[in-house]
Amino acid sequence: MSGKAVKEQSMVKQKELIQDHYHELSRAPETGRKVIYTFVPGNLTELFRAFDLLPVYPEINALQSAMRQKSTLFINEAERAGHAEDVCTYVKTDIGMLRRGNVGPSGEKLPPPDLLVLSYTGCFTFMKWFELLRQEYDCPVVMLHTPYQGDGKITPSMVRYMVEQMRTEVIPALEKVSGIKYDEDRLKEAMALSESAETDLVAVLESAKHRPSPIDGYFGGVYYIGPIFNAFRGTPEAAEYYRMLRGEVEERMAQGLGPVTPDGLLANEKFRLVVEGPPNWTSFREFWKMFHEEGAVVVASTYTKVGGLYDTGFRHDKEHPLESLAHYCMGCYTNNNLPQRIDLLERYARDYSADGLLVNSVKSCNSFSAGQLLMLREFEKRTGLPGGFIETDLVDARYFSAANVKNRIESYLQMITQKRAPSARAEA
Amino acid sequence: MKAFVGIDLGSTTTKAVFLDESGQVLGRGITNSRSSYDLAAKIARDEARVSARFALLERSLKADEGLAAEAERLRSELIAHFHRHQQLVQLGRLREIAFVEAHAPRVAAIAEPLRERLAVILDAMEAEEKRPRLGILAKQTSEFFRDRAASAFSRLAEERADSTVKFGDLMGIFDKAILQVENTSFELKFDDSLREAAAELVPAMGAEQGQRLIRVVETSLDIDLDEVRTIGTGYGRQRLPFAKEDIRSEILCHGLGAHAQFPGTRTVLDIGGQDTKAIQVDENGIVTSFQMNDRCAAGCGRYLGYIADEMSLGVHELGPIAQQSTRHVHIASTCTVFAGAELRDRLTAGQRREDILAGLHRAVILRAVALLARSGGVEEQFTFTGGVANNPAAVDALQELVHENYGARTLNISPGSIYTGALGAALFALRAGEERWEAA
Ligand code: SF4
Repeated sequence: MSGKAVKEQSMVKQKELIQDHYHELSRAPETGRKVIYTFVPGNLTELFRAFDLLPVYPEINALQSAMRQKSTLFINEAERAGHAEDVCTYVKTDIGMLRRGNVGPSGEKLPPPDLLVLSYTGCFTFMKWFELLRQEYDCPVVMLHTPYQGDGKITPSMVRYMVEQMRTEVIPALEKVSGIKYDEDRLKEAMALSESAETDLVAVLESAKHRPSPIDGYFGGVYYIGPIFNAFRGTPEAAEYYRMLRGEVEERMAQGLGPVTPDGLLANEKFRLVVEGPPNWTSFREFWKMFHEEGAVVVASTYTKVGGLYDTGFRHDKEHPLESLAHYCMGCYTNNNLPQRIDLLERYARDYSADGLLVNSVKSCNSFSAGQLLMLREFEKRTGLPGGFIETDLVDARYFSAANVKNRIESYLQMITQKRAPSARAEA
Repeated sequence: MKAFVGIDLGSTTTKAVFLDESGQVLGRGITNSRSSYDLAAKIARDEARVSARFALLERSLKADEGLAAEAERLRSELIAHFHRHQQLVQLGRLREIAFVEAHAPRVAAIAEPLRERLAVILDAMEAEEKRPRLGILAKQTSEFFRDRAASAFSRLAEERADSTVKFGDLMGIFDKAILQVENTSFELKFDDSLREAAAELVPAMGAEQGQRLIRVVETSLDIDLDEVRTIGTGYGRQRLPFAKEDIRSEILCHGLGAHAQFPGTRTVLDIGGQDTKAIQVDENGIVTSFQMNDRCAAGCGRYLGYIADEMSLGVHELGPIAQQSTRHVHIASTCTVFAGAELRDRLTAGQRREDILAGLHRAVILRAVALLARSGGVEEQFTFTGGVANNPAAVDALQELVHENYGARTLNISPGSIYTGALGAALFALRAGEERWEAA
């Protein structure tokens, strides 16, 4: 298959990047490198790098545990320890993993944190989560509060508020744990690299405007955002990865090829969808298959914006490093209010010539799920395009009923087909 | 003549509908779903084909000036004869298998008296079957052979059982035999059976009329019923014995089927055994939005089934009992797992059975109403389908809640509501036969 060889180069690179990172983490106790745990939305990766700190993202561990079919075990472990059934399953997977020896996705043991950086972005669970980790690890926490865009905009005082927290709390805490003085030039260097990677990422995601789309912007998209949401934003390796990826995708686009799926090339694009909400990770491949075997390609998704919304123009800015970090944190998708989210979905439908919007409502996450039905109805009203709704969970296999999800996806796609049918149009 | 077939494989029953080229229903068939979907689909289809044949016969009878006036009566009588014949064939099979089973080593000790009693019971069943019955003609088609046979057999077995051959021994044989009867499909020679049925009627008709009947029967048998296209849907649709392009989602089928039954329909609620669906359709029956229950079966038909089992009642008895309720009992949980416990707790606490049942029906409907709200509300007109639509207490609760939340709405329930999905599928078959739109 022509797509395969092209895909592999960037995939290999990404794999290497991630493996090296986990390897370095596992060796931290020997090398003496300091480790911080932090969250994906509103992360300060460039800043951590400026202090030579190694970041760990518990959400990523949770989702990777699910992809390796370990989350059920971990969730059970956490529930045995007293965590209720309706607690966010990312949290329980993380706690369960910790209790079972803290072995990370690469099979190597993760080091304990020297500091917890609680980037509080929208979700109250973040606070409880690190409260639990603080107890488990007995280590300090520093909090960075990201104000919610309740009015749909970022004001200068919001930016000042965040920069102030960085200067007076976060940076001193990082200096203390790392023993390194804050050096703004190092941060600026990283920012420039971030900007280049971000521009390439946007080009990759926007390639889906092309017909047929050379990428899947959701199932494939989660791989593309991996490095930039993970520990690598602001590194030369990440900038290199995105350059490479962009080249590959543009090549595919020039050849008129569709996306590569785990089951081969999607050659016959029949449906172009916008998807709202995170994917299910326990049955990720099966879930994807329900789309690609029907010829459905996700051309744009909001989940791929959860660790940074770049396609509305934001870039990290080396001239104003702390200010742009503040903008970055506040701009993450789940920190946007509902009208902003609807505007974004509407824009995606238009710019990507989509056939409709499918919402995956996950049981765990209120940052996503609250208001999704309202958004769906408003979307239908504004665009006249059909909406669909499915329910799963992030990493709890008990909440993924394959037959139910497949039934709904197929019904939804047939609904789109029926709406397109000549007889329907003639009669309508 | 061209026929278009829709088959709906549900979790409890499998339905088939035949349409003619103009979209008129020619025939319908229903059977209980069993482990073999292929067989269930085949049996439902065979039954629908037979009923389509009778519809064609009725058309021929009506076209004959000498018989037109009596067309309906003749058709009913022919059906009755035909069905009796069909039942007797099945009973014959049951007898054969039962006697094979009565030779099993397991029952060797009582073999002789067991066979003796079986013969008496089966003879009695056959005699009952042969006795002319009136007034049950319409009902007959929807009654399953298994249910009829089971009720007759167990009644007679109770009379015949004693300390040598126990009731359980007899029922053990029956259970084994009926399973095998159900799981084999046997060709009923339709043409011959119909001719036989006609021959039975002729003597009472007078020479000329009798001749006419024979002629009309032959003409209608000459009509070739060509099943040009079949579309399948339903709960088991992933394993439907059809090609992928011949399968439509049950949601779309229910939407289109409800639209065909009641063209004013804009909102459809379907409560089936395994899932509940709330569907919005446009003026052409095209689905514009839908919601269905998640993986949890709470609040579906199956839940009422559990309650019925728990109370040792038939599921059809629940509604009428609940309607006798005089006191409001509030029940919030419709969790199937806790259904039994919830019920026992309340009974122990002294609440009355009918009040509890009324509360349970309301709880089921509350969940459905929430689903309706999520799908976009209840528009005029509102059509209720699925097995639960036959439950009067559920209908009462639904009417009340819809009125409270949305004001006056016309509530449609078709007597053929169980066929809604199959009807929608058949309409898709008709469309697919006309214009291959799905290829676009
Ligand atoms: S609720 Fe959502 S945002 Fe909050 S921790 Fe869980 S997955 Fe993350």
